[in-house]
Amino acid sequence: MRTAKRLGIRTVAVYSDADRDALHVKSADEAVRIGPPPARASYLNSSAIVEAALRTGAQAVHPGYGFLSESADFAQLCEVEGLTFIGPPASAIRDMGDKSASKRIMGTAGVPLVPGYHGNEQDIDFLKLEAEKIGYPILIKPTHGGGGKGMRIVQGPDEFVESLLGAQREATASFGINTILIEKYITQPRHIEVQVFGDKYGNVIHLNERDCSVQRRHQKIIEEAPAPNVTNEFRSCLGDAAVSAAKAVGYHSAGTVEFIMDTLSGKFYFMEMNTRLQVEHPVTEMIVGQDLVEWQIHVANGEPLPLTQEQVLLNGHAFEARIYAENVSRGFLPATGTLHHYQPVPVSPTVRVETGVEEGDTVSMHYDPMIAKLVVWGENRNAALVKLKNCLLKFQSLANHWAFEKGLVETHFIEHFKNDLFIDSADEVAAEAYAAAKLGASLVAACMCEKEHVTSKETLLAYTDCDRLLSLWYTHPPFRMHHSTKRKMELEWDRELNGSCQELFKFVITYQSDGSYFIEIEDGDSPGWEVKVNHVGNHDFRVDADQLHSYVTLALYCKDTSKHIHIWHGKHRHHYRQTVRLEQSTDDDSQHQPSRQVASHPKGSVLAPMAGLVVKVLIENGALVEEGQPILVLEAMKMEHVVKSPCAGYVDGLQVAAGQQVFDTTILFSVKL
Amino acid sequence: MAFCSAAAVLPDGIHRNSDAFAQNSAAVEDLISQLHSHIHKVGGGGGPEAVKRNRSRNKLLPRERIDRIIDPGSSFLELSQLAGHNLYEEPLPSGGIITGIGPVHGRLCMLVANDPTVKGGTYYPITVKKHLRAQEIAAECKLPCIYLVDSGGANLPRQAEVFPDRDNFGRIFYNQAEMSAEGIPQIALVLGSCTAGGAYIPAMADESIMVKGNGTIFLAGPPLVKAATGEEVSAEDLGGASMHCKLSGVSDHFAEVLFSFSRSYVFHKKHKTIIFFYIPECKMQPVIDELHGLAIGRNVVKNLYMAGKGAISSPSLSSDYKEPLYDVKDLRSIAPADQKQPFDIRSVIAHIVDGSEFDEFKKLYGTTLVTGFARIYGQPVGIIGNNGILFTESALKGSHFIELCAQRNIPLIFLQNITGFMVGSKSEASGIAKAGAKMVMAVSCAKVAKITVIVGGSFGAGNYGMCGRAYSPNFLFLWPTAKISVMGGMQAAGVLAQIERSNKKRQGIEWTKEEEEQFKSRVVEAYEREGSPYYSTARLWDDGIIDPADTRKILGLCLSASIKHVPEDTKYGVFRMVDMVFGLPWAVDTEG
Repeated sequence: MRTAKRLGIRTVAVYSDADRDALHVKSADEAVRIGPPPARASYLNSSAIVEAALRTGAQAVHPGYGFLSESADFAQLCEVEGLTFIGPPASAIRDMGDKSASKRIMGTAGVPLVPGYHGNEQDIDFLKLEAEKIGYPILIKPTHGGGGKGMRIVQGPDEFVESLLGAQREATASFGINTILIEKYITQPRHIEVQVFGDKYGNVIHLNERDCSVQRRHQKIIEEAPAPNVTNEFRSCLGDAAVSAAKAVGYHSAGTVEFIMDTLSGKFYFMEMNTRLQVEHPVTEMIVGQDLVEWQIHVANGEPLPLTQEQVLLNGHAFEARIYAENVSRGFLPATGTLHHYQPVPVSPTVRVETGVEEGDTVSMHYDPMIAKLVVWGENRNAALVKLKNCLLKFQSLANHWAFEKGLVETHFIEHFKNDLFIDSADEVAAEAYAAAKLGASLVAACMCEKEHVTSKETLLAYTDCDRLLSLWYTHPPFRMHHSTKRKMELEWDRELNGSCQELFKFVITYQSDGSYFIEIEDGDSPGWEVKVNHVGNHDFRVDADQLHSYVTLALYCKDTSKHIHIWHGKHRHHYRQTVRLEQSTDDDSQHQPSRQVASHPKGSVLAPMAGLVVKVLIENGALVEEGQPILVLEAMKMEHVVKSPCAGYVDGLQVAAGQQVFDTTILFSVKL
Repeated sequence: MAFCSAAAVLPDGIHRNSDAFAQNSAAVEDLISQLHSHIHKVGGGGGPEAVKRNRSRNKLLPRERIDRIIDPGSSFLELSQLAGHNLYEEPLPSGGIITGIGPVHGRLCMLVANDPTVKGGTYYPITVKKHLRAQEIAAECKLPCIYLVDSGGANLPRQAEVFPDRDNFGRIFYNQAEMSAEGIPQIALVLGSCTAGGAYIPAMADESIMVKGNGTIFLAGPPLVKAATGEEVSAEDLGGASMHCKLSGVSDHFAEVLFSFSRSYVFHKKHKTIIFFYIPECKMQPVIDELHGLAIGRNVVKNLYMAGKGAISSPSLSSDYKEPLYDVKDLRSIAPADQKQPFDIRSVIAHIVDGSEFDEFKKLYGTTLVTGFARIYGQPVGIIGNNGILFTESALKGSHFIELCAQRNIPLIFLQNITGFMVGSKSEASGIAKAGAKMVMAVSCAKVAKITVIVGGSFGAGNYGMCGRAYSPNFLFLWPTAKISVMGGMQAAGVLAQIERSNKKRQGIEWTKEEEEQFKSRVVEAYEREGSPYYSTARLWDDGIIDPADTRKILGLCLSASIKHVPEDTKYGVFRMVDMVFGLPWAVDTEG
C-alpha cells in the first residue's frame, strides 16, 4: 500500500469482521467488508473479493502474501472479470501449486529433487510402503498449500497412520484438497530460497538468495539475505537453477524458488516454488535496493524488467525477524488475546518495521499470530546482526545466540539450542540469571508501587472533583504514624520453557521518606537494595538501583488468576507472575467475572491449552484411555493440536463436540482413575 | 492572592547557631527516640508468641488488615497508638485495638480493628474508651465505620469497669445505631471470634462480612452452651460463616478464597505433546480466606452512595499550595527543653502553614495570644496560639477571632502552650473570669472543625479556653514536649504545702523544713508523672503523641477528615456582659 501510494495509485482494502479496526483497513483509501472471521468465508472467498474489486471500480488486485496469493482459480477469476491480477499467470500458479506436478516439471527441466513419492496414489498402505522405500524419517506434506500447514515428520512406521490422517484433515481444512506427498526428511537441512522475477516477455532474473533456516513449527522466524557461509559459485548455481525452474513454467511477476540444502552433503534440492511475493521479500529489497511491489505493478502493466541479471547488486546484508504472539513456554503455541504491550522499535532507512497491529489490538484465533516483521540492513552480516540484536532486545533474545552469530544455521536451530536460548542449565549461568531475575523482580516491585501511586492519584482526581485535601492521603511515601509504610509482594518467576521450575520471590518493600523504596527479599541472602523510581510516562520508568541507572519498561496484563508482568531492563527481559487472589483490589470489578469460577476444577481436569475450534473428538465419554492417548483435536491458528489424556483412566465429562469453539482454560474433559 | 503580600510571611524564628537551638534539638531528639521505642514495642502487638499463633490460623495482624483494606499505597492516620501504656499491671499494647482513618476507594473511613494477639482482643476499659473515641470522631466527621472484628468480647475480670456505665461497652452499639440512623455506614468484617457482646458489632452493622473458618458469631461459645443446655456443638456449626450467611442471616457476605490453580505442564516425550495439569495453589501456600473478606469490605465501601459529605466544592480554593519556607524538621528544635523558657508560637506557625504566610489578626492587641489566618495545603484555617499568659484582652481577642471563623466556616487550629489565665487583683478587677468564660463559650459553641495541638504546657483554665479535650476538638494531639495539669507542679506543691502547714499548725504539729520539702517534692513528682504526655495518651486524653515534624502533615489529614462542606450555624449561649467598648478592657465592672 505504501508503494501504491508512492506511485499515486489509489488503494482498496478488504477485511473480515475480525479485522474491522485493523491497520490495513485504516491505511487504505477505501475498505470493503468481505465476510465473517473464518478465512474460508472471507479472505479465501475469491468471489467476494472480486465483487469488492468490481464494486469499487478497482483495475487490479494485489493478493498480498498469503491467502489467495497462490490461488490459480482466483487469478483466473480476476482475468475473467477483467481485473489485472498483480502476480504470475494462472497457469504457472497451477503448475507450481500442485507439488507433485511441479516436481515432475522440475525433474524434466533438470532441477535437482529430493527423493520421495509424488504420485497420485493415495492409498494408505501403498504410501506406507513408499515411505519404507525412501527410508525413515520421512516428511508428509499436502500437495497443495505451504507455510508448513499440514506437514508432519514421521520418525517410524508406528506413527505413520496417525500423522497421515492429520495431514489430510488439515489439508482439507486449509486448502480444500487432501492429496499428500511424502519425501525423505533431511535431518540437518538449511532452507535457502531464491527470489526470482520475470516479465511478460520471457525474461527471468534472480535477485539472490535468502536463508530461512531458523524456524519453529516449520515456519520461518528469521530470514537473512544473502545466505551466510555460501560461496559465490554456489550462489550462481542456485540462481541458475531457480531461473530455469521459473522459465519452465513460463513465469512472470515475483516468485520464490525454495531449495533444501543438506548441510551434511552440501547438495541442494528443489522443494517448491512460491508463486507470490513472500512476507520476507523486504530482506531482498534491502540488499538489491529495489521495491519489488513496484516491479510487480510495472510487470503486471506489461512493462519489461527494469534490470538485467548483471545489473542486480548484492549490497550488504539484511535480516528479517518475525515477531509472533506465542507462548514460548507452551512449545510455541499461538497465543490469542489482547496485545497488552507493544512497542515497535523506531524506524530508519536501515530498520523497517512492518506491522499490522497496534497496542490494544486483539490477536484473534482466526489468522496467524504474527504481530510484526522487523527488517534491518547492515553493510555486512555482523553490522546487520548488531542492529538486529539491538532492535530485538525489545522483543526477545533469540538473535544473541553464539551459533547463530557464526552463521551455523539450520532448520532445527531452535530445537537444538533451546536450552541456550531460553535458559542455560549451566550452574554458573543459572546463578547469574537468578541474580538478574532477582534484580528484575525488585525493579518490578518498585515500579509497580510507583505506578500504583500514580494511578491511584489519577483515579482519585477523576473520582472526586476537587477535594484537594483528599489527595493528601495519597502522598508519596504514604503517611504512617511514627513508622514507615511497609508492604509485602510476591512475584513468581518462570524460568522459560521449563514450567516446573518456578521461583517465588517474596519481598518486603519499605517506603522511605525520600520517596525511594528499600527492597528486601525474604529468605534470600541479599542484604536488600534501595531503588529510586521515576515514572517517565505510560509503562516507562527511570530506575536508580544497585549503582545502575537505567530506563525500564513494564508490561502488565491479567490473565486467568495471575497478573503477568514483563520487564525489559538492560539486556534482560523477565517475566513474572503475581497470583491475583481476590484481595488484589486494583481491579475489584474482576471479582464479578465468571472466569473467577475457574476455581473448582475437579482433579484430573484437562483444560483447553488455547482458544480454538474442536475439529474432531476421538473418544467417547466414559471410555477407558491410556496415558497419552489422543482424545480430541483442536484447530487454532490454522494448526492442529492433539489433546491427549494426561493419565490412564476413564474419560469423564467430555462435553465438547466437533465444530464447537472452546476458549483458553475451558474444561474439555477429565480423566478419572 | 490575598496571601501573597510579603508582609504576611513569617520569619523562621529559629536561631540555628544558638546554644538553645542545640539544646532543644538534642532534648527533643531524645524525647522522640524514647517515643519511637515505645511505639516500636506496641507495634509488635501481643508479642512474638501470640503473633505466631495468629499466623498459624492464617490470620493477618490488625495493621496488616488495615493496610489491605485502605487504598493501596495510601496513608493511614493511626490514633492513640500508646493507649493503655503502663495503665494496667500487664502490658496492653495500643489498648488492644487499632483505630485510625484511611481512604477506601477515595472515601475516608474510620477503621477499628481488634488486636487478637493482645489478650485475645478482649475489651479492657481503655479498649472500650478507644473504640468509643473512634466512633465519636466518625460521628462528628461523618466517616463510614469499618470494624475489623476479632475479639473475645468484654474482659471478664474487669467486667465492672467495662460493662455497666454509660460510656462502657453498650455504648458501642448505641453509637452504631445512632450513626446508622444518621446515614453513616457501619460495616463489620468478622475475621475472628465475635462472642457475646462482641456479636452485636456485626449484628448491629449495616452490612457484615464473615470469613469462612475463622469468623464466628455467637452469644455464647460452645463451652458455655454445653454448660447451659448440655448441647455439644462445634464453633463452626454454632456460629460459623456459612451458618450465618445461609441460615441465620446475621451476616451478608461470605468470604473464602476460591482455589486458584496454577498451571504446570510437562512435555510428553513419546507423544511430543504438552500436557497441562492444574494444581490447586493451596498446596503451595496457605489460603488466607480473610483476604477475600477484606476485598469484599473494600467493595462494600465502593458501593456506598451515602449522603455524608455534601461535596460542595468551594470555588475560592486554589488547587495548588506552597510548602512552608522552612524545613518542617526544625519543628523539633523549637519547643525549649526547659519549659519555663518562653518561645514565639509564630515560629511554629511559620513551619506548618503554606508559604509560611500568616495574616495576623489584632497583632498589637492582647499580644499574649496570637490569632490569624493562614492556609494548610490550600485549606484556609484560623490559628490561635499562645505566646504567654492569657490576660483579659487576650481572651477577648480570642473570643472575637473564634466568632469570626465560625461565621466564615473556617476551621480552627489551637496551638497550646499555656500556663493559664493571669491571676491577681488587677486581673480579677479587669473581669478576667468573665473574659475567660467568653472564650470558653466561643470555643464550645463554634460549629467549625477544631483541631488542637499541645506543643508545650497546658495548664488550668488555659487548657479549656484553648479547646482542651473537654471541648471536643475533632482531634487533639500532643508533642512529646507537652505537659498537662491543672497547674504547674511547683505551684501546686506550694499551694498544698500551705494548706498542709496550716492544717498541722491547727493540730499543733511541728513541720520541719525537710518534711515540707519532701512533701513538696512528692507533689511535684506526682504532677510531673501525671502531666507527662504518656500519662495523658495512655488514658486517651488525646488522640496520640506526634513527631513535631509531622505536625503539618497530620493537620492536613485531620482537616481533610473533618472539614464540613455544609456550613453549620453557630449559636452561642448567653455571653456575660458583652463589653460595649472594645479597647477599654479595664473599664470598671459596675455591676460586680
